[in-house]
Amino acid sequence: MRRTLRLPAVGAMLGLVLLCIAGTLLNGQFATADNALNVLTRTAFIGIIAVGMCFVIISGGIDLSVGSMAALIAGATILLMNKLVPLGWSPVVVVMVGMSAAVLLGAVFGLAHGLLITRGRIEPFIVTLGTLGIFRAYLTYFADGGAIALDNGLADTYGPVYYGSLLGIPIPVWVFALVAIAGAVLLNRTAFGRYVQAIGSNEQVARYAAVDVDRIKVLTYTLLGACVGVATLLYVPRLGSASPTTGLLWELEAIAAVIVGGTALRGGAGSIAGTVIGAVLLSVISNILNLTNIISVYLNAAVQGFVIIAVAFMQRRRP
Amino acid sequence: MAGANDSTATTAQAAATVTPMATPMAIPTNGVRVELRGIVKRFGTVQVLNSVDLAFEPGRVVGLLGENGAGKSTLMKILAGYEQPSEGTLAVNGRSLRFAGPRAAEAEGIVLIHQEFNLAEDLTVAQNIFLGHEQRRGWWLDDAGMRKIARGVLDAVGLHKVDPDTRVRELIVAERQLVEIAKALSRHARVLIMDEPTATLTPGETGRLFALVARMKAEGTTVIFISHKLDEVERITDEVVVMRDGRLIAQQPTASLTRAQMANLMVGRELADLYPPRSTVPADAPVLLSVQGMNVPGWAHDVSFEVRAGEVFGFAGLVGAGRTELFEGLLGLRERSAQRVTVAGTPGLPRSPREAANLGLTYLSEDRKGRGLHVHFGLHENLTLMALRRHAQPWLKPSSEAAALDEAVREFGIRCGALDVPASALSGGNQQKLALAKVLHPGPRVVVLDEPTRGVDIGAKREIYALIRALADEGRAVVVISSELMELIGLCHRVAVMRAGRVQATLEAVQLNEQELIKHATGTF
Repeated sequence: MRRTLRLPAVGAMLGLVLLCIAGTLLNGQFATADNALNVLTRTAFIGIIAVGMCFVIISGGIDLSVGSMAALIAGATILLMNKLVPLGWSPVVVVMVGMSAAVLLGAVFGLAHGLLITRGRIEPFIVTLGTLGIFRAYLTYFADGGAIALDNGLADTYGPVYYGSLLGIPIPVWVFALVAIAGAVLLNRTAFGRYVQAIGSNEQVARYAAVDVDRIKVLTYTLLGACVGVATLLYVPRLGSASPTTGLLWELEAIAAVIVGGTALRGGAGSIAGTVIGAVLLSVISNILNLTNIISVYLNAAVQGFVIIAVAFMQRRRP
Repeated sequence: MAGANDSTATTAQAAATVTPMATPMAIPTNGVRVELRGIVKRFGTVQVLNSVDLAFEPGRVVGLLGENGAGKSTLMKILAGYEQPSEGTLAVNGRSLRFAGPRAAEAEGIVLIHQEFNLAEDLTVAQNIFLGHEQRRGWWLDDAGMRKIARGVLDAVGLHKVDPDTRVRELIVAERQLVEIAKALSRHARVLIMDEPTATLTPGETGRLFALVARMKAEGTTVIFISHKLDEVERITDEVVVMRDGRLIAQQPTASLTRAQMANLMVGRELADLYPPRSTVPADAPVLLSVQGMNVPGWAHDVSFEVRAGEVFGFAGLVGAGRTELFEGLLGLRERSAQRVTVAGTPGLPRSPREAANLGLTYLSEDRKGRGLHVHFGLHENLTLMALRRHAQPWLKPSSEAAALDEAVREFGIRCGALDVPASALSGGNQQKLALAKVLHPGPRVVVLDEPTRGVDIGAKREIYALIRALADEGRAVVVISSELMELIGLCHRVAVMRAGRVQATLEAVQLNEQELIKHATGTF
């Protein structure tokens, strides 16, 4: 099994290397440490979500709601923190509560998805298509159509979570790396990870092999929800607000990162390393477009789309 | 296509009133002579057919007999174009032919009706009959014309009450069988191969099917009838073809053979030493599995049995008798209820395979690729899946899993070139041994083996029988569900025979013989 896993990740890696060479040739600024860290920081949100998405997709599921979920979590935690300010708590405590709430809320949303899918026996596509609408509509409702802004007093305390760095590396990149490592260990070195792959490879076989299929599925969605929470808590201090356009199309980028990373959409096999490479590859594309004038920045999504289709074409199963 | 049909139905009907109608199909009368010459078939390294020479004369009903794995189905799939022979040729009326696929065989009038029907359940009867052969009127489907012809062939098979517009989903099994035959008629079948057509039919339905077979025969059609029910073979066939281990053993007029002779030809004398000797079960051996009053709605009714430590307990019955479903119910995979169930001394009905495994009961599925093994997974991933916690504290230890695989390969005699291949790279027999090793890995006290030798060659069978015997001798309770009567007779201390969801009889080893088992399984006394 491991041998079949490695190949697709190698493909994505090769693509990334080629893109980096192209970027270096096209613009001298591309191959600088500053730019690399900038790219990785921007990758962090999608990358963290993609790690969670990787588990869901390997188990044979899908979650279309992650972008809307991120928006609603952002709005809800900002509202919560703003409500806590008048209580006179230390801003650090308030921000800690807000960050914990983000992860918890994400896990609860994921748990709800998992229960609807397993106990309710509804297709994951349908459940998360429904919540995609629901989450964003509630954010828009809470924001009254505008934006929910973080209390100014808190912004200074919370800011370093996005803008700060440790040993010269931005905090979001650290978190991204930790989540990715934890994800890889979970997928490859625990019974849970093995069960996720077994379910995606053939759910019936897993069920007959005494795997608690429903419990594992619920856990994958809960894990993804928690990842969305982590991504959101990093994202909130960036703009200090949540609006109806927060997290727009993140689901597409997260799913694309997983697929570009060599994970089959039908489930069964995939890798976290591939997913991380996929996420970085997608942001390198937009970074190169930003730095050069060959292709308009407005065509960013189009170029990403072409890359996704090209990668899928190269990875398609031989008949 | 179904959607397009709705929108065009009215136009087609309107058009039909002004154009002449195609005449309803009659059963074709010109028979063909089909010959198989030196047919060899290999799957990888396994040879399943060994130079088979056989001829079918027109207008005959031929019974094709043989144990599971004898090569009957493969031979018929080659005849009907579903498989290509590795060596040898086919001839129709003396012309040598090579069928690229089932459509090429159909063009010669050779049609195979699978045991699992090839019907699209959500399409109508008429749409199924013409699937892949739709009649057109310009750009549109000629629904009215197809419906008319469908009506004709449905009448020909006696389905006067079934409307061509009924969806196949709404038909009962016997009706689906007849729709398959009607479909074959609409394609001018002159050689009709039926794979265990009566397995799921009631005696009345079987009688009607046989009347149809007699009519087709009278009109020159050759009917090849694969069946395990020797009484039916005796009743409707003109000649009997017996296969064993991929070879043709006999082709004789049915009238020249008794049922016992047919059975002996199927099994062969030399197979007697396949089964290791039975050790006796001590009278005071503890009961490890006790099931009282178990119901699985639609499949099993009021089933009770007990299996002791050291005992091999068999379940016999025809396809659809409810044996597999009974045990799927016991594992919590189906809706079920029971008065009382005790597994290894613990009372309680497991709610999931997980709970059953925790109680000490595991189950080997009859469906190796669909339920038994992850064929794309590696060997150790398959082996350890049911007892993965043992290798995770909490991180999975590859060395521990590799050691377990080494041990299983030795203990179960799994032959593979390398240990890091996916399960799909193993031969059928070795996959089955891996599947056995997998369900035994948690160390169950009670193990249920559903068709443990399905699709494996004779050598692997012998090894699996020895393993089953060893399991019992170690003091486990072993349940064997099998459609191979000889296997049950050779292995089991006792056998319960199921028919239509009920245990008809529980036979002791001394009472076990084919006639007795078939009698209870079919209800023909």
